[in-house]
Amino acid sequence: MTPNPYLFIVIFAGIALVFPLLPLGLAWLWRRFFQPPKPGAQKNAIYECGVESIGDAHVQFQSQYYLYAIIFLIFDVEAIFLVPFAVAFTNLPVGAFIAILVFLLLLIEGLVWAWAKGCLNWAK
Amino acid sequence: MSEQIDENLRSELQRQGVWVTSMQELYNWGRKNSIWPLQFGLACCAIEMIATAASRYDIARFGGEIFRPSPRQADLMIVAGTVTKKMAPQIVRLYNQMPDPKYVISMGACAISGGPFKQGYNVLKGIDRYIPVDVYIPGCPPRPEALLHAFMELQRKIDNQKLSGSEKAEFLKPEQPSEFPVPAFGDHDLNPPANPKVYHPPKLERQS
Repeated sequence: MTPNPYLFIVIFAGIALVFPLLPLGLAWLWRRFFQPPKPGAQKNAIYECGVESIGDAHVQFQSQYYLYAIIFLIFDVEAIFLVPFAVAFTNLPVGAFIAILVFLLLLIEGLVWAWAKGCLNWAK
Repeated sequence: MSEQIDENLRSELQRQGVWVTSMQELYNWGRKNSIWPLQFGLACCAIEMIATAASRYDIARFGGEIFRPSPRQADLMIVAGTVTKKMAPQIVRLYNQMPDPKYVISMGACAISGGPFKQGYNVLKGIDRYIPVDVYIPGCPPRPEALLHAFMELQRKIDNQKLSGSEKAEFLKPEQPSEFPVPAFGDHDLNPPANPKVYHPPKLERQS
């Protein structure tokens, strides 16, 4: 009788779970029974380079950065979709063709808008 | 060595292929062979430390090659070089951020006492003024063999640490602090100039 071919994946996943969890559990038991906890303000500090952190980590980013997001979508993400579109262009069904056109149209709209906003001019 | 088992019985068993050990020995064996140092250097001693970690001297033979860039993952702080007063608060803070058990090797004359720059206005006269030091290495700078020797001394110390009883290791005692006060960089000197709970200067006894 041959075992289920997926049995090996189950065994593999089991070992992959036990291998890291066993030392972690042993370390936890060790901490629980031997090592007295010694927390402290500096030990629990978030920043760990020996220098005290200044200010709050929750800084606000200005909303003007959305322009970079739009430019990134147009020139980077769109290019990724354009290549498979161009490769499979000749035998695309009409529905897919229209879908990709809508996608392109949305991004071209963004391009026009960014252009009108002056984003594509070099900073002087 | 464990108190529970007779040494003769132990060696006899070992001859028969049975290895008897105790929890403490197993734990210390694991600890002493995987001492991860904190990766930082302060001055010329750091060059010797780098040489020790490189292939010619190869600290990996002792399990100490994993220099950690984060104090959270480090067991050993090698204070390699001149500690300036500007740098001392950062060193103490890094020491505080290391988890227990943690050890310190004071490498070279500067880290021990200020060395040739002892009279300098901005040189700390020994890192042991603020944090407890386990092994001191003299030299200016100490050769890599000296650092290896200090490393082996530290291994010996770890191997002899007790895990229970009244003589158990310092880091297992709840009353023993894990953090030490960080000195402030003042106008003329560090404030305070030394931590009296840690620093015990040698007493001079003069015969009159």
